Amino acid sequence: MGLLDQKFENSNIIITTLDDVLNWARLSSLWGMQFGLACCAIEMMATGASHYDFDRFGTFFRGSPRQSDVMIVAGTVTLKMASRIRTLYDQMSEPRYVISMGSCSNCGGPYWEHGYHVLKGVDRVIPVDVYVPGCPPRPEALMEGLMKLQEKVRTESRVKKTA
Amino acid sequence: MIPQEIHDALKSRFGEAIREAKLDGVLDPFIKIAPEQIRGVALFLRDDPAMRFDTLCLLTGMDYTGGKLGVVYHCASIALGHKIVLKVDLPAENPHLPSVESVWKTANWHEREAFDMIGILFDGHPDLRRILMPDDWEGYPLRKDYKVPEFYNGMKVPY
Repeated sequence: MGLLDQKFENSNIIITTLDDVLNWARLSSLWGMQFGLACCAIEMMATGASHYDFDRFGTFFRGSPRQSDVMIVAGTVTLKMASRIRTLYDQMSEPRYVISMGSCSNCGGPYWEHGYHVLKGVDRVIPVDVYVPGCPPRPEALMEGLMKLQEKVRTESRVKKTA
Repeated sequence: MIPQEIHDALKSRFGEAIREAKLDGVLDPFIKIAPEQIRGVALFLRDDPAMRFDTLCLLTGMDYTGGKLGVVYHCASIALGHKIVLKVDLPAENPHLPSVESVWKTANWHEREAFDMIGILFDGHPDLRRILMPDDWEGYPLRKDYKVPEFYNGMKVPY
């Protein structure tokens, strides 16, 4: 959005909708829960580091699910971990989103055929909003996934009463 | 000490417990031991001043098909610079053998893995429980006749 106070020469009154303002606030500061499980965690760390910066999207990693908006599931989800993922997802407060990063959490990845201990896709335990393909996805791909999630947030409406 | 000397020393001390040995093949020279005597042999290998096998490099469970399981021990001596492989054969119906955890402490986790993956039971192990799979998993995954379960705790396992 840029610095708002330099966009208007004379007047600085904006007329907008509550939906737009709230959605803009939410998508500009999606705090992620650090949930690196395996190799995709390294790419997630690279995305958060200085070269491909996550902080310019307003995203930085929180340690606790209670303080985060989005859970980026990065890495292989084993059956042992799956029940813990469900617990952590339930501890996040709404509105909450999930980005599934990498092949393993999308569909089981390279372990789809013989992995007796691997959950074939994290969407078998939690609902996923954005899938980022790759093994591992490049940092630019993860940033595109985050931008797709921002598009999804922009078109949501938290203010309208539904049914 | 060369493997032949180790084999002779063990044979003179333990007699019948030392079964066949293959010391001149392409792979590492190994000595087969009777399952019940493995702890006595391990103590002798560790404490005898000519042997001094103070390190257990590897302990792994094996599934030779046809109803036979086994355990393989790779022992090395850092003090004297020699190594040997011990093998133990077990029947698949009742795979019990004494634990060598009291001899070499690294066997603690290695025996837990052999129990978790192949189902070999080590008597005298202080904490024999699953180490890799979840605690309520059924079956031993690395056996050759293992079938992947359909569901685990409500989650579908196969693709």
